[in-house]
Amino acid sequence: MSVYSLRLGLRFLGIVMFCVGVSPSSHSSPLMVNGAGATFPYPIYSKWFSVYEKISPQVVFNYQPTGSGGGLRQLFDETIEFAGSDYFADAKLLAKSKKKYLHFPTVIGAVVLVYSLPGYTEPLKLTPKVLADIYLGKITQWDDKAILKDNPHLQEALTKNKLKDILVVRRAEGSGTTGLFSEYLSRVSEDWNVKVGRGTALHWPVGIGGKGNEGVTFFVHQVPGSLGYVELAFAKTLNLKTAWLQNPKGKFIEPNIKSLTEAALDVGKRVTPELKTDLLLSEENNAYPLSAVTYLVVPQEASPYSKPIQQFLLWMLNEGQKYIEPLHYAPLPEVLLKKVKEQLNQMRTQEPYEPKNS
Amino acid sequence: MNLKTHKLFTRPYLNKTDFVFLRILFLLACVAFLMILGIFWFLFEMSLPVLKEVGIVKLLSFQWNPALGDYGILPFVYGTLMSSCLALLMATPMSIAAALFITEIAPSKISKPFGFLIELLAAIPSVVYGLWGLFVLVPWIRNVVHPFFKSYFSWIPWLQGPSYGIGLVAAGMVLAIMITPTITAICKEVFGVTPQILKEGVLALGSTQAEMIQIAVIGSGHKGILGAMGMGLARALGETMAVTMVIGNNPEILSSIFSPHQTMASVIASEVTEAHGLHLSSLGVVGLVLLVIPGFIFGFTRYFLQRRKKR
Repeated sequence: MSVYSLRLGLRFLGIVMFCVGVSPSSHSSPLMVNGAGATFPYPIYSKWFSVYEKISPQVVFNYQPTGSGGGLRQLFDETIEFAGSDYFADAKLLAKSKKKYLHFPTVIGAVVLVYSLPGYTEPLKLTPKVLADIYLGKITQWDDKAILKDNPHLQEALTKNKLKDILVVRRAEGSGTTGLFSEYLSRVSEDWNVKVGRGTALHWPVGIGGKGNEGVTFFVHQVPGSLGYVELAFAKTLNLKTAWLQNPKGKFIEPNIKSLTEAALDVGKRVTPELKTDLLLSEENNAYPLSAVTYLVVPQEASPYSKPIQQFLLWMLNEGQKYIEPLHYAPLPEVLLKKVKEQLNQMRTQEPYEPKNS
Repeated sequence: MNLKTHKLFTRPYLNKTDFVFLRILFLLACVAFLMILGIFWFLFEMSLPVLKEVGIVKLLSFQWNPALGDYGILPFVYGTLMSSCLALLMATPMSIAAALFITEIAPSKISKPFGFLIELLAAIPSVVYGLWGLFVLVPWIRNVVHPFFKSYFSWIPWLQGPSYGIGLVAAGMVLAIMITPTITAICKEVFGVTPQILKEGVLALGSTQAEMIQIAVIGSGHKGILGAMGMGLARALGETMAVTMVIGNNPEILSSIFSPHQTMASVIASEVTEAHGLHLSSLGVVGLVLLVIPGFIFGFTRYFLQRRKKR
């Protein structure tokens, strides 16, 4: 082979490599969509995102469970693309940002009271007044008359295992779970409403702070005699016992998928046009009174992330529904699902949108 | 000739190597000094936003609730000082006794390994102390110690409250074990230099060994003991990991020492990862206070010890 043809060959190779180098490759890095917020729905969100990543690998959703307060704040600061929140951001909070936001209810969960009373095999029954008094610091011992009234066999277990003080746990940081719990307490106890009130961060009369739903769950799991409030899925993962709360109809209700679904039976009357849904203290016979929806909050205006988010939400409303119940959440009722699908169309997306891996 | 009598840069040098070498040493010493200034400056810059927007007066309040805009750091100052004082109270008798045992009482076959074991305590990482505290000490306090005090000393309000286990007492106990080697080591030195003539004189006047220890050893060494306690206190004030795991993360000042509280070092460690804006800035203020208080105590006791040794 002559030197001339060798040089020609090399030049040709160089041009080919150059073309390959500058052309868009078929395996470019996926689009990262970042979100943060509520720890309440973290188990189901992380399941959805990991399943969705296998179906649609060109988009990867990343969700950090930092608490509803932090999530909404980051969303308004525009450092993330979507937020998870257990509470509907109120007008004051929304006024802080110039953009408009849409709230999409995703699943129904519940705030449950977890406790550790070794030796007591029956479920703990709590009335709203007793619960409020415990968190107000008025009831400090497990053998208080008010608790024993609904739990007659508790005394034997207490004396046998030397349990006395109620070790109250609450949340340390700004939390939507706290927002839901305090909203419930404010409605059932005038005392609580006046002394403490509602909100995601409160001046708690008693209790020590755990970090996230996980922190509270860990504490109750470790410490006998403790009582805390967490989302149902967290209670189930560590097999903690959940208290039966008395609902407005007077029955003590166990928190499970059935009683959560019951709470949403009359949801038609309890949802605003913006999809703010209130399931607390449902009037249904067997409804769990501390049920709630959790929202995914996204900006309404178009951005490169709008279409991927919209496509994910559409998948979530159809194929994603089957992952909900195994993780101890209740799916949204048909009525609400329809409204969510309608609100999806309000999202403005950027067209044309080219997925990088077609 | 005393090389240090001349001014720093005009001394006579024996050769060129000395000239360069000593200047390099000076530079390195400056680096160390500048690092301390740099840390102080960095904390000061970090604290400026909250000092400007919220003001020192509101920072010196008792309410810490960043989500609601309250940045009072006094609960942490209380937690730090109280847990360290408890630790000092519990550690000092133990440490002095150990040092006396090693220097005065034990034959060297026992005193050498004994001293070594105590110094081994200083080698254990603080997070291991925290782990042990959380899984061994805290349940013990919750199930045994606190109920004991509540039933037999129910008239003392500072010992009441629900038995969480975690709290100032737990932190104090863990810290006590951690500062024992420090105090013991310094006390050993102090007792070791008790003038022999003083000891013999006291014994000659008819004292027992116990009285001799009281009069001669501790009597002449009490300034050194105070210095040792100061060093132990300085160490306890800055301890982070072990305390964070057993203090209870409760930014409040409560009447009972068994209740959960929070210290300056552990609030920084717990909240810095998720703090932003004014919250982060107020953690900088906490850091500044944390730098100043132990720094002050450290410096003061070092000076105190020097004075004693010179005598």
